[in-house]
Amino acid sequence: MSTVTALLDRPAAAGARRGALLRSPARLAPLVLLAAVALVLVFPGVFATHAPEATDVAAALRPPGAEHWLGTDQLGRDVWSRLVHGTRLSLLIAVGATVIGVGGGALLGLVAGCGGRQVDFALMRVVDVLLGFPELLLALVVVALLGGGTVNVAIAIGVAGVPHYARLVRGQARLVLRSEYVEAARVLGVPAWRSVLRHVLPNVGGPLVVLASIGLGSAIISGSGLSVLGLGPVPPDADWGSMVADGKDFLQTAWWISISPGLAVSVVVVCTTLIGRSLQSRAVR
Amino acid sequence: MSDRARLAPRRHVPPWARFVARRLAAGLVVVWGTLTVTFFALHLAPGDIVDGLIGPGAAATPALRGQVIAENGLDDPLLLQYGRQLAQLASGGLGWSYQLNEPIERLLGSQLGPTVELAVSALVTALVLAVLAAALTVGRGRTVRGAAGLAELLMVSMPSFWLGIILLTVFSYRLHALPSIGADGPAALVLPTLALALPLAGVLAQVIRQELETTDGRPFVLTARSRGLGATAVLLRHTLRHALLPLTTLSGFVLGSLFGGAVLVENIFTRPGLGRVLANAVGSRDLPVVSALVVISSAAFVVINTLVDVLHPLIDPRLREGGPA
Repeated sequence: MSTVTALLDRPAAAGARRGALLRSPARLAPLVLLAAVALVLVFPGVFATHAPEATDVAAALRPPGAEHWLGTDQLGRDVWSRLVHGTRLSLLIAVGATVIGVGGGALLGLVAGCGGRQVDFALMRVVDVLLGFPELLLALVVVALLGGGTVNVAIAIGVAGVPHYARLVRGQARLVLRSEYVEAARVLGVPAWRSVLRHVLPNVGGPLVVLASIGLGSAIISGSGLSVLGLGPVPPDADWGSMVADGKDFLQTAWWISISPGLAVSVVVVCTTLIGRSLQSRAVR
Repeated sequence: MSDRARLAPRRHVPPWARFVARRLAAGLVVVWGTLTVTFFALHLAPGDIVDGLIGPGAAATPALRGQVIAENGLDDPLLLQYGRQLAQLASGGLGWSYQLNEPIERLLGSQLGPTVELAVSALVTALVLAVLAAALTVGRGRTVRGAAGLAELLMVSMPSFWLGIILLTVFSYRLHALPSIGADGPAALVLPTLALALPLAGVLAQVIRQELETTDGRPFVLTARSRGLGATAVLLRHTLRHALLPLTTLSGFVLGSLFGGAVLVENIFTRPGLGRVLANAVGSRDLPVVSALVVISSAAFVVINTLVDVLHPLIDPRLREGGPA
């Protein structure tokens, strides 16, 4: 996420025409790829060639081939099938974390942006301090407090993203509240809370979606990172990160166990980043 | 320096010293806030501190529980315990690890070296790579810049743990060129450094190139070119210096990504260091170690940010008092 904010102030130079998203292949490719990943997520059974938990010790540590497309792990489980079934957990953690981050950040940002001076000052000092910490460190602290596991990892990454979203929403809210049409509404007797709902929220939405679409990528990276450290889903559940962790001890003889889930993470992150950037370059104009 | 300045009374505090003092005081407040938040989070967290102190090995009999509570003063009011922790920190103590049964300052002291070594070498590598990549691709044709953009996108999107695993597989296990674990000697530093530096270099290269491009049309560049300087000379003597400035404002982000990345890279390469201590402490819920590391990293942020603010006017003459506007 910090990567994201570092880059967000520097929009991609590419000038995008409205509607160009679907015409240019470079913009279409990530959408198509993500749609395919979504299909795999919803119907893993269609894509998997083996049961993800089926062990076959006789076929342990087989290299990729016709029978096992991506080889087998130390228990003879089919890596491709585990990858397919791991999609759901990996992406649900990331999406859940992003929802938590956006929700918490929007709430905090709105309270700070629309509240009084002291409220704003107090909240933003807290946000400033939190922004100083790397996202992974914040998430690790939350995991230390709550314990590991699928749900807690999603909460941890979501909480770690809150300050970024809060800062964005707060800035946008201040901007909208100072605008003339809100002032005009106030003169006409529209209560403040209504202004927040009718004017501030819709104006905050656009930038928030852009930031969230890029933030989704870093949530996937953080989530799989926590799983690599052994803090993620508890076996037999497995996401891509825990598959990387499983294969780490067998790199010398069976590199495919760890390499393929890592590749899956990278591909999805590249796609979300590209989509985020094209949304952003459209929003900037 | 003029004679008058040299003869000025010494009790006068120079403005930069006052500035540093003010920044450090503000930073102290940040560290204190971090400490306070982690202290109360630790004490309100689900799970029992007493169980953590006894550890999984021993049976938690009521007698043992009572002894642990009495030894650590866990019966005292929370505010008293809080005050005790502040006093302890002020005297340089960071507390006691649940799991390792060792004072935390000793534990961290022995692990600080390898992490700093890794972080510094990764920072230098990332800077060199980023400057090279940006300088070599700026102002080139579409193909070169497209390829560079793609490479940067890949580096930014690749999780550092995956990069580490690829490097391990290729260079340690296939080519047997470099050691796979440990922290002995410079050879063991190469792969972890790359795993940590490449994603960072991807971000920095993007920033530097964008700065180089915005600098390109500036009057001082035109002046330099019209004086007969070649493109390379202009780059080395003028624009690069300009483009590196904004990097100082990214130093907080850089420090964060170095430490965050170190947690994963140290684990992948089985290297000793703070990142591994943190991951283990989180895994075993060794909360005093976690909070000590949080406090230390907040202090590191304060120091680095203050340092950057002090150095900024030295690098950028426009920010100096009485300098050219």
